Amino acid sequence: MFGKLSWNAIPWDQPIPLTAGATVLFLFIAVIVWVAAKGYVPYLWREWITSVDHKRIGVMYTALGLVMMLRGFIDAVMMRSQQALAFHAPGYLPPEHYDQVFTAHGTIMIFFAAMPLIIGLMNFVVPLQLGVRDVAFPTLNSTSFWLTATGALLVNISLVVGEFARTGWVAYPPLSELRYSPGVGVDYYLWSLLISGVGTLMTGINFVTTILKIRAPGMSYTRMPMFTWTALAANLLIVAAFPVLTATLAMLALDRYLGFHFFTNTAGGNMMMFINLIWAWGHPEVYILVLPAFGIFSEVFSTFSSKPLFGYRSMVMATMAICLISFTVWLHHFFTMGAGADVNAVFGIATSLIAVATGVKVFNWIFTMYGGTVRFATPMLWSLGFIVTFVLGGMTGVLLAVPPADFQLHNSLFLVAHFHNVIIGGVVFGVFAGISYWFPKAFGFRLHEGWGKAVFWLSLAGFYIVFMPLYVAGLLGMTRRLQHYDVAMWRPWMLIAAFGTLVMAASAACQVIQLVVSIRRREQLRDTTGDPWDGRSLEWATSSPPPSFNFAVLPQVSGAEPYWEIKRRAIEAQQLSAEPHYESIELPRNSPTGFITAFFATLTGFALIWHIWWLMAAGLAAAYAVFVWFAWREVHEKLIPAAVVARLDRERRRARAEWLAQHAAGEPA
Amino acid sequence: MAISSSGPRLRGWVGALLIALLAGCAGGGVWDAQGPVASADRQMTLNALAIMLAIVVPTIAIALGAAWWFRASNPRARRRPNWAYSGRIELIVWSIPLLVILFLSGVIWIGSHQLDPYRPLASPGKPLEVQVVSLDWKWLFIYPDEGIATVNQLTVPIGTPVHFSLTSATVMNAFFVPQLGSMVATMNGMVTQLHLQADRAGDYYGQSTQFSGDGFSGMHFVVHAVSRDQFEQWVSTARASGDALDRAGYDALARESKNVRPFTYRSVVPGLFQAIATLQIAPAGGPTQGHGGRDVNPRSKD
Repeated sequence: MFGKLSWNAIPWDQPIPLTAGATVLFLFIAVIVWVAAKGYVPYLWREWITSVDHKRIGVMYTALGLVMMLRGFIDAVMMRSQQALAFHAPGYLPPEHYDQVFTAHGTIMIFFAAMPLIIGLMNFVVPLQLGVRDVAFPTLNSTSFWLTATGALLVNISLVVGEFARTGWVAYPPLSELRYSPGVGVDYYLWSLLISGVGTLMTGINFVTTILKIRAPGMSYTRMPMFTWTALAANLLIVAAFPVLTATLAMLALDRYLGFHFFTNTAGGNMMMFINLIWAWGHPEVYILVLPAFGIFSEVFSTFSSKPLFGYRSMVMATMAICLISFTVWLHHFFTMGAGADVNAVFGIATSLIAVATGVKVFNWIFTMYGGTVRFATPMLWSLGFIVTFVLGGMTGVLLAVPPADFQLHNSLFLVAHFHNVIIGGVVFGVFAGISYWFPKAFGFRLHEGWGKAVFWLSLAGFYIVFMPLYVAGLLGMTRRLQHYDVAMWRPWMLIAAFGTLVMAASAACQVIQLVVSIRRREQLRDTTGDPWDGRSLEWATSSPPPSFNFAVLPQVSGAEPYWEIKRRAIEAQQLSAEPHYESIELPRNSPTGFITAFFATLTGFALIWHIWWLMAAGLAAAYAVFVWFAWREVHEKLIPAAVVARLDRERRRARAEWLAQHAAGEPA
Repeated sequence: MAISSSGPRLRGWVGALLIALLAGCAGGGVWDAQGPVASADRQMTLNALAIMLAIVVPTIAIALGAAWWFRASNPRARRRPNWAYSGRIELIVWSIPLLVILFLSGVIWIGSHQLDPYRPLASPGKPLEVQVVSLDWKWLFIYPDEGIATVNQLTVPIGTPVHFSLTSATVMNAFFVPQLGSMVATMNGMVTQLHLQADRAGDYYGQSTQFSGDGFSGMHFVVHAVSRDQFEQWVSTARASGDALDRAGYDALARESKNVRPFTYRSVVPGLFQAIATLQIAPAGGPTQGHGGRDVNPRSKD
């Protein structure tokens, strides 16, 4: 009846996962009870869970990413403290638990923290920057989000029901094959990634379509803001790369479930095929994450230097060059697998070519500041911290692209330090820059600057204290994923790194405090004009938070910085442009399709993991039925009357007129 | 404010880098080279690092300098709020990284060919042949010409190239002795090659660098680099003691075991390595029943 599932699946004898699981479950139930008691359930259901509004979905993605980042960070603290303790000693995590911790850390951080954060920001910002009302397929967008949440949920269920994979986050076979990993861990890994991967692919299709087909009148490709360009590049990469991941993991699933031999030791299977395929996805994945972060920095450098982005066309070319070249470098993940010298050299050179495009970007950001008026607000601090950190991380990356260097540093803690150097210094700093930059747009009030700066400085210091010692340990020959070790010279570096996690924890605490303080003081931090940073692109042309329809009238675009031009014109003329003619607006109706589909997808995934075949069949049938039901809906859209549109937009215009009067009087905006 | 605190940070960075350089050279690191491959690897790494530092350090300095000079509160900075394009600068901006990478590509091409692990080392003498088999979770080293084998210890004569042929009886691993140079992966059903040489006598730490399961952390071994005479002596001692490694002995060895102490076999059944590499001997079995086995809960004990 319940397949492999039994009471035995819950680790009754293991205090750590049991306590953690119980705590999470308790918090989860407490939140649900609180929400229900306050009577928020109908509001949540109507305004958030069933919402197809790209802004709401973006906020939910970002929230999911932040929560999962905290989960992944706890794993990181466990790893660092284990390695600090496990010198000539077993430490407190036995191998079978430690191995799950580092696998879960990698999987969660990439798929359920970094990806939702980046996709969340794209969701929120891209349609606003394009000057349109929503993405191309709003209900699909909601489904993408909930399928991602399904994946995150499955990974977290594995904490207390069964186990997670003990293979490392890319699950190389034959270790991940049934023969060497007979438990359910790898199955949790496979189904959570297969299900969330469908969501990510749909996001890619949705955004490529949106950016190519739906833009404000006059917004040609060369007038799109840089963040939107990088979002286009990232989503093209998603469309090209995620099917590779899905196919690869599906082949591994076939091996495990139906006795196929794609990657097994025997019967003609070949583990090297998996390793090639997973990195054919895995390397572009890095750029899926970091290109939008580059886009965020481009926006921030330009806004906070009060200058247009320097070398716009170069930046676009560099972005698209990275987009293409990122598919030609995957082999550098396994120079040590015995390919010939020619092959290694070609992929090494291709890898370092990416540094050319990245270098161009760095120089253009510097020239954006050159001649500008630089304001050191929190987003700008993150961006400067990024340049310093990322340039160093890029350098160690190119170093690892030199095959003889890689022959000694591959899989060492030097490598671990390198990719954290670029992912934390690039993606995480970018996300935090983006969150502090666009938060006022999303919620109508700014985040508290003082606490924001504390978060930045602690994160920066914490990053260096954790990862510089790992570079050293790698040079001392320490390989990754060691549960215990006996080499004395590694010990001090492990202790310093463990101390660094405390600094990181302090920065996470400041983050929470910042949010609480900002919410409590939201009236002082209120953004009344919709343009708190003196922005240049269209998201600042509407109110904060924007109305559900984003723009009362779609803006006419005549240059690369449309909102900056609107503002200049208003300042020159000493008045806002004439009030437009308001018409009623059609918006897609909210739909529970995504949520219900994901609910059944969760059941299906859980059933597949535990071999509960009837539940799998039922879940699949129900998920399919929901889509059929959705396809037969009769009313697609709701109408927002012209009067409502006019009322909302006149409020915004009043605030802008006040701003203009102040500006004319010489007061700072 | 922001940048004044970045100055010390930058200096701290350079300091950390120096410490790293020294640490790498200190006893046991990858830059504490004890043979020609390791010192050539190190040379390539340092060359590449020097080329990149020459551009990276000024870039960081210029970035922080530009941000600080053009701060809003600096009355002396000349503002050019509409300056967003310059063909000449664009040309330079593309040329600098391109030239650096062009230069570096030369290093990559030459390094990749000169230090190809498959390339035999130049030496007048005949290399020592060692066959390496990674098992769950220990290393088996077979000396085919000497007819002996060892587990988790490797004794080699100094000044003589060693030709390793490597395979795995189980999942993927990688063979790595930091002070001797390059690593290479071991895979079941396949043979990879590696050439290394120790120039100075000493004991060098070796380990697997490809995660291979629960016993991975104990998969390290010691390389004893000894003089030619001591090596011959060691071979004859090894031939006179320990078990013989036959098929039954191999099957027992191939079962999962953790933190295995080093030991030697006085003889090896001929062709064992080829039989493992060509799958005439089936791959090792993976976890047995009970702990880590078919049980859904890995945490329950036997």
